[in-house]
Amino acid sequence: MTPVLSPPDRRAVHAGRFSGTVSLRSMLVGAAGLVLTVIVTVLGIGHGSFTIAPGEVLDTLLGGGTAAQRLIVLDLRLPRILTALLVGAALAVSGALTQTFARNPLASPDVLGVTHGASLGAVAVIVLGGGAAAGLVPIAALAGALITAALVYVLAWRRGVDGFRLVLVGIGVGEVVTAGVSWFLVRAEVVDATRATIWLNGSVAGAEWDQVRPLALGLAVLLPLAVATTFTLQALQFDDDVAQSLGVRLQTARLAVVLTAVALAAAAVAAAGPIEFVAFVVPQVALRLCGGSRPPLVVSAILGALLVIVADLAARLALPERELPVGLVTAMVGAPYLLWLLIRTNRRVSA
Amino acid sequence: MRPLVLLGLGAATALSVVLSLAIGAQWLHPGGVWQAVIDPDPTAQATAIVRELRLPRTVLGLLIGLALGAAGALMQGHTRNPLADPGLLGISAGASFAVVIGIQLGAGGLTGYIWFAFAGALAASVAVFGIAAGRRGGPTPVTLALAGMAISALLGSFTQSILLADQASLNVFRFWIVGSLSGRDAEVAAQVAPFIAAGLLLALANAPALNALGLGEDVARALGQRVFAARAVGVAAIVLLAGAATAACGPIGFLGLMVPHIARSLVGPDHRWLIPASALAGATLLLLADVLGRIVVSPGELQTGIVLAAAGAPFFIYLVRSRRGVVKL
Repeated sequence: MTPVLSPPDRRAVHAGRFSGTVSLRSMLVGAAGLVLTVIVTVLGIGHGSFTIAPGEVLDTLLGGGTAAQRLIVLDLRLPRILTALLVGAALAVSGALTQTFARNPLASPDVLGVTHGASLGAVAVIVLGGGAAAGLVPIAALAGALITAALVYVLAWRRGVDGFRLVLVGIGVGEVVTAGVSWFLVRAEVVDATRATIWLNGSVAGAEWDQVRPLALGLAVLLPLAVATTFTLQALQFDDDVAQSLGVRLQTARLAVVLTAVALAAAAVAAAGPIEFVAFVVPQVALRLCGGSRPPLVVSAILGALLVIVADLAARLALPERELPVGLVTAMVGAPYLLWLLIRTNRRVSA
Repeated sequence: MRPLVLLGLGAATALSVVLSLAIGAQWLHPGGVWQAVIDPDPTAQATAIVRELRLPRTVLGLLIGLALGAAGALMQGHTRNPLADPGLLGISAGASFAVVIGIQLGAGGLTGYIWFAFAGALAASVAVFGIAAGRRGGPTPVTLALAGMAISALLGSFTQSILLADQASLNVFRFWIVGSLSGRDAEVAAQVAPFIAAGLLLALANAPALNALGLGEDVARALGQRVFAARAVGVAAIVLLAGAATAACGPIGFLGLMVPHIARSLVGPDHRWLIPASALAGATLLLLADVLGRIVVSPGELQTGIVLAAAGAPFFIYLVRSRRGVVKL
């Protein structure tokens, strides 16, 4: 990606041995995103066949509310909303990591083989197992994602892994795996093909606490890990030689970043199917909102959660009787916004 | 060296044309094929097979392969991105969306979708170019890639929404999307040939400007290139080539991504050599993949897009891993 000179709005912060700079603009964008996320979350929990006012939603979340409200909010709607938030944050951070170390704005976790591998695992189980194997789909997706990502990494290894080679090998492996998905789709019964297509578009409908807990646990470990790679990332966005001369152990650093990105994306895909567009669009939007030379991680996480939850609410508001998979709506919401940002930036540059 | 490589690629293309004519459910002797093409004996069975079935398909495969190879090289050059494929301008997504609309409107058969697909590809890529270009100066590699990705995703989500609501359309569409040379008659090749010919000419004409643009827009401008015009010509060529190819065969995107990397490792990054080499390598690989698809599950066949990914991708990975590796853009 084109390195942009960061605006002089950074403030130095010190905390014991550690010091760094914080961008005021990023803080403002992050805070605004957080406020919006909370508002949409409350609205999203309140909306449904049985509408609950925002005040009552907050009250219920904080421990009040009637028994009926507690059942609806805590047991029925909260798991879905939490899945949307977590999946969005995970995918966005995974995308930001991938785009930074690959130095390519088109890179997203699918170039690491994660999404394609998960798709093959899930579609294989759907087509071969029929309706009986529905419970196995998330496990098959997770296994597919991790195996494919490992394969990509091993195949890209030749006296170390180079970002460029990793991405190209990932594309090649992804194509083979996608061909497998197409093959399953062509030979499947049309009913199974439809079910597979629904999964392939990504959906958070029907999420339950059993799925939320492992996802939340995984993210609790992985998101801090991702933020901890910040310093490495700052070096990795330059040329390999520059990064090395800055004291970065290239192979270890790259493996850590790739592992974190893969694990985040795999957890998200296993929980909700491939909501691919989030990982691509959110880091680019965050980069354009915050300025700087690479997609910011924390702001990406917040905006990713916001995008998925807005898309989920929009899908339920637009077509209440037949739910659109959220993966489709993220593109319908996110793509125009990115396009608008591109047009606006063009105007400002040319003005 | 480079003329020799180009000659070799031409020979490989010619060989794959012969293989494509000779091999299938019934294997024919190359001599018989030659005779059927040059001096047809109307009573011979070989004549019927070659002239009625295999010749149109081979000509189509040749055209599509040339088109996608050249379009891929142009696309990666203009976006300066090794991950770009010809579909990145929104061509595949636009064509897919238009085809689904066509299915909804009841357009008949695979040939009926051609004009829908072409119109969709054209509209989508004009939108991408317009958004990426801004008011003056023309699009940069990054805006072109991002706008293309965003438009593709947007159109893709509309396509999928329609398909989810309409199982009958999905049943037709899933065979179009996979990408195949089968079932297209001679008329299809004749319909797309003029577009592909024009696109190839534009692509070759665009090569010197693309070399200059590779040095950065400011340097290109200082060298006397009209940046906006060069980008516009390049995009027009990509739309003609990839649009016609997608309209005829469905999206075979991976070919356009993989082939320029192979060609670049053979002739280097100079687009005056890269574009023809890429076109020839594209035709060779597409025809070989098509032949392979006919052999593997004979007497049936495997869709070309699937074979291309399943057989082409391992080769691509091998190339990326090889000692010479791929040449960076």
